[in-house]
Amino acid sequence: MTFNYDEYIRPGKLPHIWCPGCAHGIVMKSIIRAIDRVGLEKDKTVIVSGIGCASRMPGYVDFNTLHTTHGRSLAFATGVKMADPELNVIAVAGDGDALAIGGNHFIHTCRRNIDITMIVFNNNIYGMTGGQFSPTTPHGRLASTTPYGNPDYAFDVVELSIGAGASYVSRSTAYHAIPLERQIADGIAHKGFSVIDALCTCPTTYGRRNKLGNATEMLMWFKDNTVGVKAAEKMPPEKLEGKILTGVFKKEEKPEYCDEYAKIIERVSAKG
Amino acid sequence: MSGKEVFYQGNEACAEGALYAGCRFFAGYPITPSTEVAEFLARRLPRVGGAFIQMEDEIAAMAAVIGASLVGKKSLTATSGPGYSLKMENLGYACIAEVPCVIVNVMRGGPSTGLPTGPSQSDVMQARWGTHGDHPAIALAPASVQEIFTETVRAFNISERLRTPVSLLTDEIIGHMRERIIIPPEGELEIWDRPRPTVPPEQYKPYDISEGIIPPMADFGSGYRYHVTGLNHDETGFPTNKPSLVQPEEERLMAKVTENLDILEKHEYTEKEGARIGVVSFGSSARSSRAAIGLAAEAGIKVDFLRLITLWPFPEDAAVQMADKVDTIIVPEMNLGQMIEEVQRSIAGRAEVVGVNRADGEPITPAQILDRIREVA
Repeated sequence: MTFNYDEYIRPGKLPHIWCPGCAHGIVMKSIIRAIDRVGLEKDKTVIVSGIGCASRMPGYVDFNTLHTTHGRSLAFATGVKMADPELNVIAVAGDGDALAIGGNHFIHTCRRNIDITMIVFNNNIYGMTGGQFSPTTPHGRLASTTPYGNPDYAFDVVELSIGAGASYVSRSTAYHAIPLERQIADGIAHKGFSVIDALCTCPTTYGRRNKLGNATEMLMWFKDNTVGVKAAEKMPPEKLEGKILTGVFKKEEKPEYCDEYAKIIERVSAKG
Repeated sequence: MSGKEVFYQGNEACAEGALYAGCRFFAGYPITPSTEVAEFLARRLPRVGGAFIQMEDEIAAMAAVIGASLVGKKSLTATSGPGYSLKMENLGYACIAEVPCVIVNVMRGGPSTGLPTGPSQSDVMQARWGTHGDHPAIALAPASVQEIFTETVRAFNISERLRTPVSLLTDEIIGHMRERIIIPPEGELEIWDRPRPTVPPEQYKPYDISEGIIPPMADFGSGYRYHVTGLNHDETGFPTNKPSLVQPEEERLMAKVTENLDILEKHEYTEKEGARIGVVSFGSSARSSRAAIGLAAEAGIKVDFLRLITLWPFPEDAAVQMADKVDTIIVPEMNLGQMIEEVQRSIAGRAEVVGVNRADGEPITPAQILDRIREVA
């Protein structure tokens, strides 16, 4: 059965600003289906973003939406969630927004384990400003600010999130739209901070410069170069070389920040 | 004023004033000399069902405050110079998205780390022009512990009614000084809340100004789903770069201040018949000024006194009134000359203007001001 997105798309706000061939739309649709799957009430759902291509996504969808400053989505989202823990709070960000200018907020939100779901639209580049290297651009790759190859090494979003204390961490790709949807739904349902590393593609400012093929070829690359984290456990190391692992890397029940604060309120409020 | 008598530090009075005004959310980051505001609210907010959070940095604290305010909670952050610089990014966001919030800046010496434990009044111009772009600016500068309490309440009231951030500029002296104050009983001071929509959700436009220049603001989660952005936007809240929409929006943001001077301007003008000298001051420098004017009177020199309680918008009319009467205006301030420029600009040559300036982390003494009064007398 075809999913009807109409209920979730704001009338008159499409077409989106994303370039032809951009995979952000696939991730947006996965988020919408995930929200539908979990059954979140639109009035009780807040979607927060920072600045960049991915951060334009909240403008298209019919929720309480908050397009903030560069890198700060999780800091705004934390205020929203603390002010009313009943609200479902989802943050969306690109890799530069989430991990460079927003890197400090990112690790501390992981540490705090506040019940927010963060979807990183990870396309390895700053697209909106024209293709500068980001914290997830692989070493050696070309970008407008690494004309001789990227001397930096990339963050691994999954390892970073686990190391910083997020309680749900997964990775999928725009090619794997259905598993991505499932992970996002899982992350939303999970009580605590959830990070979904959604690998996607920027054919215009990244693929072209690095000769990675057209939009379809870039998506097919995900199909051919990813291995499920469970399947990988049974595979010899030489077969995993150059492959990207996908799936759910961490799912841990641990105390959530607003719950912990609610306990404090309960304990001390009687004192007036 | 009747009420509960307490012996409070300025920073504690600020926090108490915030609670009185209905503040139920605080996000902050430790910084001298403002930290007591956070510490006080960390203890008190959960007791009244509010929330306190220490964020990872000053920028995040300002962001969280705006997020909480969008959910309908009156929200506060407190900082000092270096942190105030970091607040500027999201303070601008609160201006353009029209989100009420209060920022306390307990001023210390600068630039940069400067004098963390020394008083200063050197963020006067940052409070006016600190964030980029044209924007409205409101800053209040109390001069006593009691006034810190009442001006914190007023800061919230103004912020709510005008849907714009308000800065409360205190300094290390009055922030840490203890005085006896009265906390008025609930209901004695007026409390204002932001305008909320009266139309049903399907008719709501978040920046609809058909009923006045302050559009009603719906709480996130209350059934009014809408979009908030730091981009220039139209009445529906969605981005626009249409010149015909951007210019009026920019002008309206400024008009929120210029068309509400009646609730914003606040100062005390103490006049002496035949005075040829005037003093304009604010905050803890105003305390020294008052003492100096008393000493001058004993020596037979009459001096008019304009004490600014609202710094921004600047009370041009009051400054002009003084300038039309006196020959010389003295502007004592703990910086190397900031408010003096606003005085000069406003009075446009009607009187001579001289400063008394100090930026070494020590207060301006009454004797220093008296010396200047004698010089110009």
